[in-house]
Amino acid sequence: MLLKRIAPQLIALAALVLLVTLVYPGFLDISFNDGRLVGPVVDVLKRGAPVALLAVGMTLVIATRGIDLSVGTTMAICGAVAAWAIASGWGLAPALLLALAAGGIAGLWNGLLVAVVGIQPFVATLILMTMGRGIAQLITEGRILTFNHPGFAFFGSGTILGLPVPAWLWLLTGAGVALLMRRSALGMLIEATGINRRASALAGVNATVLLIAVYVASGLCAALAGIVVTADIRGADANNSGLWLELDAILAVVIGGNSLLGGRFSILAALLGALIIQTIDTGILLAGFPSEYNLVIKAALVLVILVLQSPRIAAEWRIWRKSQRASREALAERSRT
Amino acid sequence: MNTRALPLYATIVIFLLAYAICWLQFPAMLSTRVIGNLLTDNAYLGIVAVGMTLVILSGGIDLSVGSVIAFSGVFIAVLLRDSSLHPLVVFAMLLALTTAFGAAMGFLIHRLAMPAFIVTLAGMFLARGAAYMLSIDSVPITHPFYETIQDAYWLMPGKGRLRLIGILMLLIVLAGMIIAHKTRFGASVYALGGGEATARLMGVRQGRTTILVYAFSGCMAGLSGIVFSIYTGSGYSLATVGTELTAIAAVVIGGTLLTGGAGYMFGTLIGVLTMGLIQTYIVFDGTLSSWWTRIVIGILLLVFILLQKGLLKLSQSRLIEAAADR
Repeated sequence: MLLKRIAPQLIALAALVLLVTLVYPGFLDISFNDGRLVGPVVDVLKRGAPVALLAVGMTLVIATRGIDLSVGTTMAICGAVAAWAIASGWGLAPALLLALAAGGIAGLWNGLLVAVVGIQPFVATLILMTMGRGIAQLITEGRILTFNHPGFAFFGSGTILGLPVPAWLWLLTGAGVALLMRRSALGMLIEATGINRRASALAGVNATVLLIAVYVASGLCAALAGIVVTADIRGADANNSGLWLELDAILAVVIGGNSLLGGRFSILAALLGALIIQTIDTGILLAGFPSEYNLVIKAALVLVILVLQSPRIAAEWRIWRKSQRASREALAERSRT
Repeated sequence: MNTRALPLYATIVIFLLAYAICWLQFPAMLSTRVIGNLLTDNAYLGIVAVGMTLVILSGGIDLSVGSVIAFSGVFIAVLLRDSSLHPLVVFAMLLALTTAFGAAMGFLIHRLAMPAFIVTLAGMFLARGAAYMLSIDSVPITHPFYETIQDAYWLMPGKGRLRLIGILMLLIVLAGMIIAHKTRFGASVYALGGGEATARLMGVRQGRTTILVYAFSGCMAGLSGIVFSIYTGSGYSLATVGTELTAIAAVVIGGTLLTGGAGYMFGTLIGVLTMGLIQTYIVFDGTLSSWWTRIVIGILLLVFILLQKGLLKLSQSRLIEAAADR
C-alpha cells in the first residue's frame, strides 16, 4: 500500500541516480573518512536539507488546500535572528529558541490571516514574502552577519554517526511529523479540512485551529531550514538566504504526488521529491553542465507534473478510455453475432 | 455610493495625503523634477502592472513577469551585440516572443484547469533559465539608437524632464484603461474574474479570454523589459528579481480586488506612483535604509487587502438585508 503510493517517486529517483551515475561514474561512491561518510550521495542528503525541511511543512499546508509562499523569507528572518543572537553573545540554546520562535510567529501570522481573516493563502503569505527580506535586513542591518561559534556551526557542518547533522535534522523532522500525522487522527483531520473546510467544520473538526497550526508548523520547518543554512555558511545573508527555495519546496511537494488542490498527502513522498530535486541539482553540477540549466529543467518538470495532475486532462483521459472500451466491446459483440 | 470604487478613492486619498506629508517635510518634493523622475524611474513597473491588472481582474495571477523582463533585457543586449539588426526589429521580435510565451501559459492554464500561479511559476523558471542560458554576465547595450531614446525628453516647466519612457508608460496606462473599461474583451475579463460559471452563462469565451489575457500580460512584460533595458542601458539575467511581487502589490494598492472581477486600471497607476513615492521619500530622508521600502509596501498591501475584505463583507451583508426586506 505504502510502497504503491511512493513507487513513482522511487522509480524516478532510481532512474535519476542511474542517469547521473552513467554520466559521472563516481556518484555512488561512499568512503569513510575521519568518522564521517563522504561521497556525492551524502552530499545530496546534506544539501537537500533546506528543501526537505521546507517540504515537510509545505506538504501539510498544501494538504489543507493552501500554499505558503513566505517560507524562503521566513528562513532569512530566522537565520538573521539566530546569527544576531549568536553574534551578541546570547549563547547557543537561546539563539536556537529565538530562531524557532521567529519562525513560529511568522507561521502564526500567516495562519491568522488565512484562517481567521479569511484571505486566500497565496495572497496572505505573499504579504510576508514581500516584507520578510526587509525585516531580515533590519535585523542584520544590511550586512552579512557573520559569527564564529563552533556549537552553532555544528548544525550546518557537524556529523553524528557519520551522517551530516542537516541530514539527521530533516530525516528526524520528517519521520516525527509523519508519525504524528499517521499515528494520530491529525493527518486525517488535515485532509478533511483540505477537501472541504466547511463540511469538516460542520462535522466537528476545529478547522480554524488546525489551519493556524499547519502554518505554524510550516514556519517552524522554515526556521529549522534557516538555522541549517545560516550555520552552514556561518553567517546570515538576508538577501540570498532561502531565495527561490519556496518554489523548490512547492515543487518537491508536487513531485511527491501531493495535489495542489488539497486533500490526501504523503510526507514521505514529498521528502523523496526533495531528494529528486537535489539529485538533479547535484547531478547537473557533477555532469559538468552549467548550473543555468537547472531552472529550465525544473520548469519542464513542473509542466510534466501539471499535465499529470490536471483534473481536466484526467477527465478527458477517462472519457477517451471509456469510449475505447465501448468500441472494443462493440467490436467483440459484432464478432460474436 | 458605489462600494466598488471605494478602494480607488482610498488609494487616491492615501497617495495625496502621503504626497502632502512628504511635501511638508521636503518642499522640493512638489517640483516637476521629482515628478518627472517618479514617472521615469517607475516606467517599467507601471507598464508591467498594466498587464498584471488585467490578469488579476480576470481572477488569475502572473508570476513570470519579473523573469520575462530580465529575459527581454538579455535578449535585446545579446542580439544587439552579436548581430547588426536595428533595435526596432529586435523589439518586434522580442514582443512577438513574449506575447507567444504569455499566450502559451494562458493556454496551459485553461487547458489543464490548473491554478494560474503554479503554471506561471513554471514560466518564471523557464524565462529566468532562458535568460541565464543567453548570458550570465551583465551585457552592456551600446547602440546609437539607444542613446537617442535615452536622451529624448520633454522639458517641463520647472526644468523637470519627462523622458520618453515615462510618456510611454502613461500612454500604456491610457491604452489599458480603454481595453479594460471600453472594449468587449475588457468586459469578458471582468466577467471571468467575477465567476467562471456566470461568465460561461453570459456567453464569455473562456479559453479565448484566458489566452488573450496572459498574452497581453506577456506583451506588457516584454515592453517593460524594453523600457528597463533603455533605463539601465544593459541586459542582466539577475535583474528584476521579485518585480512580479512589486507589480502585484501595486495593483492591489491600486484598489483591484485580488480575487478578480473588480478594480480600475487608473488605480494601478496611483499604486505604482505610491510605491515610487515611498522610495523617493526614503531617498530624500537619507537616514532611513532602503529595506524599509519593502516593509512599508508589505504593510500597505495588508491594509488594502483587509480593506477589500471588509468592503466585501459590507456589501454582502447589505445584499442579505436587501433580500430580507423584500
